Formats: sequence, structure tokens, C-alpha cells
Amino acid sequence: MSRRFTPKVVTANALLEGDNVWLTEDDRWSRDMAEAEFIEDEAHGQIRLLFAQSQASVVVGAYLADAKMGQCGPEPTHFRETFRTRGPSNYHHGKQAEESTHV
Amino acid sequence: MYKYNEFDEAFVRERVAQFRQQVERRIDGSLTEDEFKPLRLMNGLYLQLHAYMLRVAIPYGTLDSRKMRQLAMIAERWDKGYGHFTTRQNIQYNWPKLPDVPDMLEALADVEMHAIQTSGNTIRNVTADHFAGAAADEIADPRPVAELLRQWSTDHPEFQFLPRKFKIAVTGSPNDRAVTKSHDIGIRMVEKDRQPGYEIIVGGGLGRTPLIGKVIRDFLPAQDLLPYVEAIVSVYNLLGRRDNKYKARVKITVHEHGIDTIRDLVEERFAQLRPEFGGGDQELLAEIEAAFAPPAFRDAATDTYEAAYDSDPVFRSWADTNLTAHRNAQYAIVSISLKAHGKTPGDATAEQMRVMADLAERYGHDELRISHEQNVILPHVHKSDLPAVHAALKDAGLATANIGLISDIIACPGMDYCALATARSIPIAQEIATRFDELKLEHDIGQLKIKISGCINACGHHHVGHIGILGLDRAGVENYQITLGGDGTENAAIGTRTGPGFPADEIVPAIERIVYAYLEHRESEEETFLQTYRRLGMAPFKAALYPAEERADAA
Repeated sequence: MSRRFTPKVVTANALLEGDNVWLTEDDRWSRDMAEAEFIEDEAHGQIRLLFAQSQASVVVGAYLADAKMGQCGPEPTHFRETFRTRGPSNYHHGKQAEESTHV
Repeated sequence: MYKYNEFDEAFVRERVAQFRQQVERRIDGSLTEDEFKPLRLMNGLYLQLHAYMLRVAIPYGTLDSRKMRQLAMIAERWDKGYGHFTTRQNIQYNWPKLPDVPDMLEALADVEMHAIQTSGNTIRNVTADHFAGAAADEIADPRPVAELLRQWSTDHPEFQFLPRKFKIAVTGSPNDRAVTKSHDIGIRMVEKDRQPGYEIIVGGGLGRTPLIGKVIRDFLPAQDLLPYVEAIVSVYNLLGRRDNKYKARVKITVHEHGIDTIRDLVEERFAQLRPEFGGGDQELLAEIEAAFAPPAFRDAATDTYEAAYDSDPVFRSWADTNLTAHRNAQYAIVSISLKAHGKTPGDATAEQMRVMADLAERYGHDELRISHEQNVILPHVHKSDLPAVHAALKDAGLATANIGLISDIIACPGMDYCALATARSIPIAQEIATRFDELKLEHDIGQLKIKISGCINACGHHHVGHIGILGLDRAGVENYQITLGGDGTENAAIGTRTGPGFPADEIVPAIERIVYAYLEHRESEEETFLQTYRRLGMAPFKAALYPAEERADAA
């Protein structure tokens, strides 16, 4: 019996800033996980990962991360991935700070 | 302080120029990440959880005001206005952008600093006792030897691709403040028949397989140090396992082959190497030693210190915890705590760095040290200047009187920054410090070292904490294991696990129960936590930690 595939997103770090980015359906790299392509098919996931890995001058270290569908788009299921969407807990730095400057 | 000669200067500048071109080629697509990664790691540049991280070497933890001010400038100009001092006496910047890193390295080179060999499978920054050259209990200043080792190991062609990273620590005091028994090589200065020499320890380490180093030579004559250390690294380079990353450190090599076999191989290699050194290393060491001549100590009255001590309870409390005996009785060693309750252990803002630089320049013979416990040291302060130093530190939020106490916690960056971490460390440290400050208990508790790591690699030295905390990922939730009885001094010991771990919201109450058990069981206020643990063992602490299980067992 094969294990059920857990939905995924493709994520990486931007080459220049190291900031976390997610691959969108239209082949962009978004700074916002909610814009990520939600991948429910394992084979499609592998194809998207190969595409991501070919973007060596834009991103570093692309991988498939577990995700679930939320109200605004894909959301993390593991705390590590949650931290990646937010930033560190000891300072208001990283994505959480950028978000507040946009609001 | 050691000053770069023309060779050092040219070497560091050339590296910066090379790395600038490598970064350009990475950005324009000529280099892939696989090609670039070893190059950036050779220059201390990591890619972490949210951003790049630049780890800058602070050789044997020694800085002057000029270097400290430059670190502040770099923090403000290219980072977010602060830096993080680490357990290996380095500083890390958490938010550099790749295109800026060559400029950061250039700015470091301007003050004789660099990030070379702060990563990769090479000999890393050589660390030393942070009280070097000042401590009352010291045989000799260990820094000239550390500098000799730094020059020898930097870009050493034979040791650029070791099986794994290699860390050396040196202490000149019988009271080991450099954790030498947890290093790949630990060097302790000793005397035999009034001749100076070294005890050489090999194969210590923390990480997933914590081991206390073993003595490979109980007395090595001083002049044989470099060929002997080279012999050890050379034997390890051939023998160390390259098939399995987790078995590649020299501690495993020593463990698998036995210290006697390793000793024989090292002695054999040493016999070959020794004639090749021909005394050049000793000439170099003599030059280096001259650069570490003690400062011109002032001879002046200390009554302003005594007056402040008698009249100001805040100053007295700080003096009691944060000062250490200097070998000159008119002087004191000042430990500046980077552990204000609720703040991030080891972090200093650019402004704080400048305050510390100013104090070092004005009152401290222009010397600063970074301790492996993530604090900053002013090693030479005349006692008459202590009230002024304390007042300035207080204004900068740097006068926390907690050195060696429960809130003086070592914590690795953990999952707030580190890509390898399995759980967060910093918030746990912040919560413990805040809680015991609220309880107003920490001075009553006395000497107690808590050390926290956010993964099994043990950068937070949890194995040698009196109370060690290890953060793990258990089924997608942060979970914290506790060890007790660890010790990083000359009586080094690896802590013992108490039992099942605790989720994040239960770890602070768990630590509290351990501390209350200690307060209840100690024979007197003088008996420290570690002494009580050694006298009674795990049982009373386990009973306090897991009361429900205790009842279930009894039923």
C-alpha cells in the first residue's frame, strides 16, 4: 500500500537576500507563501522541483515542503515552515516586519 | 595586541578580492550554487533560515576599541544594527545581503579582521581563556600560542579538506574557562620541574556523541607544540572517517582506535615532523609574545572603589557577581553581561558595542574579550575606575549583575535563525531569565549554568551545562530534553538525561521544579547546584521533575 501524498509547495531562499520565497503556478517566486502553487500530485511536484532547481541564478536550495490549503492560499503544516513565513521570535525582523510596513 | 604584518595584510586583502569576484560570478550566473557554496563557506558565509549569516572570527576572543567600533559600524551599515556573539568567541551577523558581503569583508580587513576558516572542514578559530593575560590564577597568557596556531593553521595546505571541522582551545590557567576538554584539541599550560609545557588533550567534543577529551601527552615541552599539534591533525587527516559525516570528528577516530594507538601514530609522525620545524616557529612565537606584553598597569589608590562598594547596593551586587580577581591586586576583570533578563543571550546593539569600545579605550587599556559564555570582558580595569565603568554600563543597559547565575544562559541561535535547528533556543532562555528575575531568587540560587542547544549539534554546549536543555522536534512539536550535572571546567563531565522531555510551555516550570529541589536539598547556601547534584545524584531532581510518574510507580 503506497503512502498517501501530502500536499506540497516548492520553496527556496532568494539568491541575493536569502529571503524565503515560494514558487507560484505562473513560474514566479513570491515572498508570500499564500501565493504559492499548491501541489497535490506527487509527479507534478517532482517536475516543479526540477524547474525550481534550474533557477540557479534566482534561488538557492529549492525543496518541497508540506503544506495545507487555508483561506488565503497554502499554509505551512510544520513549525519550521511557519517560522519561515514569519521571521525570528526574538526581534520584529524578517517577513513579519515587512508585512507591517505594507499595512 | 598582535598586529598584522605585511603578509597577513596582503593575504586577507587578496581573499577579499577573490571573494568579490566569486560573488560577482555567482550573481551573474557563471557559478552554480554547488560551485559557490564551498567558496562562501571558506569565507564564513552561511545561508540560514531567513537570510545569509556572516560569521566573523575573533581570534582567541580578543578585540580592541577600533575593532569593536568597526563591528558596530558593520552591524549598522549592512545588517540590522546588532551582532550575536557566539560560544566560539566569534560574532555573527544575521541579515547580510549577498552583494554586500565583499564590502563587509573589506571593512573587516581595514581593522585586521576576517571571516576565513569560520566554517568548513578546516581548523577553526582558535579559542582561549577569556581572562587571558589578566587572571590571578594564570601560569602564562595563552594568546601568543593561540596566535601562533592561528598563523600556522590559516590556509595550511594540508588541512583545508579535513574529514570534518577541527576546533582547538588553549588555556593558561589550571581553572579551565576555555572548555578545553570538549575540543578536538585542548591545550593546557602546565609546569614540570619549573619548565613550561603543555598538557595536550585530544578527542573531546559535544554534538550527537559527546565525549570528554583524553590526555594524549601529559607534558609536552613548550618548543614542541607546533610539530606535535601538526602530527595530531596529520594523523587524523589520514585516519578520520570520510564515509560518514557523523563519525568524522577526531573524537570518533580516538574512540574507535583507542587513545594508545592514536598516541603511537602521533609520536611516530611527530618524530618525522619535529626536525623540519627547525626553530623558525619559536622565533615567530617570540615575536608574537612581544605583541602580547602586559599593559602598563597604573599604581593608584582604590578607595573610590571601596567607598562605592560600601555605599551603593546596586554597584555592590554587580561587583560581587561580575568582577573576577586580577593578577594585579589594584585591578579587576570586568565581565559585561550580554544576558539582560528577557533579552537575547549574546546579542549587542551597535550602540552597546560602541559604549564597550569607549570604556575599553578610556578605562581598560584598550582591550576587550568575548567569552565563550557570550559575554564581553574588560580584562584590565583599575578598581578606582569601576564606579564610572558601572555607571556607563548601566546607562547602556549593560550592567546586569548575573555572571555565572541562572539567567547567564548560553543559548545557540536555534530555530529562530539556524537552518539546522530542530527547535528554538532563544525564547526558552528569555523565559527562564525573566521568570527567575520575577522570583528574585537568582542571587540566592548562586552559581548555576544553564546551557541551551536547539539541536543535537550542541552549539549551546548543553551537555556541559549544570542544567542542559536540548530542543528537539518530536512529531512536529518543539520538545525540550533536560540533562543535569554537566560541567565544562577542568572537572569536565557530560550531563545525564533526566527522562522524557517537555513541551515548550512546560519547560520553564520544569526548570523551576529542579531549582526548588536544589534549594530544598542543599546542605548550606555555600553548596552549589552542581555540588548538591554530585552529592545526591539524580533521584531528588527526578522526583521533583516527574511527580506524577513517581506516584504511578509507587501505586
